[in-house]
Amino acid sequence: MRTIPYVQAINETLHQAIAGDERVFLIGAGVTTPWYVGGTTVGLLDRFGPERIIDTPVSENAVTGAAIGAALAGMRPILMHSRMDFMFYAMDQIANQAANWYYMFGGQLSVPLTIWAIVNRGGEQAAQHSQSLQAMFTHIPGLKVVMPATPYDAKGLLLASIADDNPVIYIDDRWLYEKTGEVPEEMFTVPLGKGIVRKDGKDVTLVATSYLVTEAIKAAATLEKEGIDVELIDPRSLKPLDEDLLLKSVKKTGRLVIADGGWKTAGIGAELAALAVEKAFKYLKSPVGRVSLPDAPAPASPTLEKRYYPDADSIAASVREILKS
Amino acid sequence: MVNNTSPEGLRKLYTTMLTIRRLEERLGELVEQREIQCPTHLYIGQEAVAAGVCANLKPTDWVFSNHRNHGHYIAKGGDLKALVAECYVKSTGASRGRGGSMHPAQPEMGLPGSPAILSGSLPLAVGAALAFRLQGKDSVAVVFFGDGATNEGVFYESLNLASLKKLPVVFICENNLYATHMPVGACLANTELYRKAAAFCIPGLRIDGNNVVEVYKESGKAIAAARRGRGPTLLECMTYRWRGHVGPSTDVDRGLRSQAELDAWMARCPVDAAERLLKEKGGLTDAEKAAIEENIAAEIEAAVTFARRSPYPDDKELLTDVFKEGKCR
Repeated sequence: MRTIPYVQAINETLHQAIAGDERVFLIGAGVTTPWYVGGTTVGLLDRFGPERIIDTPVSENAVTGAAIGAALAGMRPILMHSRMDFMFYAMDQIANQAANWYYMFGGQLSVPLTIWAIVNRGGEQAAQHSQSLQAMFTHIPGLKVVMPATPYDAKGLLLASIADDNPVIYIDDRWLYEKTGEVPEEMFTVPLGKGIVRKDGKDVTLVATSYLVTEAIKAAATLEKEGIDVELIDPRSLKPLDEDLLLKSVKKTGRLVIADGGWKTAGIGAELAALAVEKAFKYLKSPVGRVSLPDAPAPASPTLEKRYYPDADSIAASVREILKS
Repeated sequence: MVNNTSPEGLRKLYTTMLTIRRLEERLGELVEQREIQCPTHLYIGQEAVAAGVCANLKPTDWVFSNHRNHGHYIAKGGDLKALVAECYVKSTGASRGRGGSMHPAQPEMGLPGSPAILSGSLPLAVGAALAFRLQGKDSVAVVFFGDGATNEGVFYESLNLASLKKLPVVFICENNLYATHMPVGACLANTELYRKAAAFCIPGLRIDGNNVVEVYKESGKAIAAARRGRGPTLLECMTYRWRGHVGPSTDVDRGLRSQAELDAWMARCPVDAAERLLKEKGGLTDAEKAAIEENIAAEIEAAVTFARRSPYPDDKELLTDVFKEGKCR
């Protein structure tokens, strides 16, 4: 199989999805500007024209509503938010309209919408251009949430999101864009709600999401040299969540560390820890470890940024810590 | 579509308006009797707007409504029994008891749903219009909203986007002079809402929303223009709701407005005006009027009986339809 960068996997997927289904179109503020979207949209405008590659005013609320309205009317839009931070402007449309529509109107029209939510952080960008808001969206009934960690999953999850009849928040971390991996050229889907074991192990279950899967792989290699055998799980979907995969692993290892790039309080780590306590309590041999952002806004200075974002070292430290207890 | 200024057309408009009036009066009674308990926003006094606008629409055109939606739902051809059953939050309701009075939907009649948060529906209509164009359809999306909704930022975003992309959407503002409890003068720096259209280079028009013929003609022009690809229009229909923001009371008792103001607007009753016109131009006789009233009363009572006899949703259904199952249609 060929090896391509993550950014190219997304670009290829967009080309194939839009070419393959006349209901699919791309809309969002900045879809034609390379600096917003890191090269993921190269060639789309030339190939499909401004009718289906719709660059918009910076009106996140109305543009999100328009994508939802188009989805209700039979289209399958891909709505791009170049930074998750800007999605707060569109929360009424996402949380009140898209998430509730199918249920509130008695299961009639659904909202087959992919919201491509880009995390663009680091580089001294500070608190309003850095946020990872997966926990906030995972909290809301009626939304599905996925976070690819590899070029393969970037493609397979994006195609699965587009094919799904519901609103899906597809969260894409730009720190992954240069990462390379094997990706089939043809279209394929990674089912929503199916996690994957990235590495088998017996001592501790390490769950990592999105970019932190990369860091967790490094951490696991370091720990292996210390005689600690980590089982690494990438849930890929936060909702629906592959509970079986997670619980099976926790029951095997008896220990759990969660590494997620959002904030700690009421975050993804809190949710997965609670799940383990609810459904695998008697198997747990030690407290659960959480690796996350601290409960603080993102700073600009590099010295602060370095401490702010978790990495392989902080993941390894958390694993060692729970093994001590 | 018939020409609604013909005697036959006038009769249809009048019947629609009277149906809405009698339905809302009945629902008001049922709320007072606590048979209907969900928040119910009555449309009495505004009937000419829904009837006049929707008479220009085909079933394939879409109407996005709001919390005060019964008039739009009826005028667009929605099923009366399903609406009343939804007010009773029964399993036979238009949204299977999930939405209540604020949220009936009947997509096959061009009623995709009615959000109940001010202005939330505007961009949805813009998006439906975008879909219609991408699909090569000549359908139009119409969105009804109140004066209060124009204070939301998304109102401006939606007008800009619709104008920029020249989309087939018509914005119908029902200016009933009150945003919940607050008179328009207390919450709008510029109460001439139609003038906001100029800022987005689209036609804006203020009309008498209690004159069904005027509403029919002016909205007809806007809808035809949208259908021909000439982009959106903002139509401000001046009207008045006779009841309070929610429920059957008038809000006069709560000191929110004066009896004199209400009386003045009741003297300009849109249904009576349509009736006078129909008598004059369409030869409506007292006997015919009585027959229309009788038909409407029978239809409403049949709907109420249907709703009363219908079961509530099975509690096992609580968690169904959070997501639509299965793959791509």
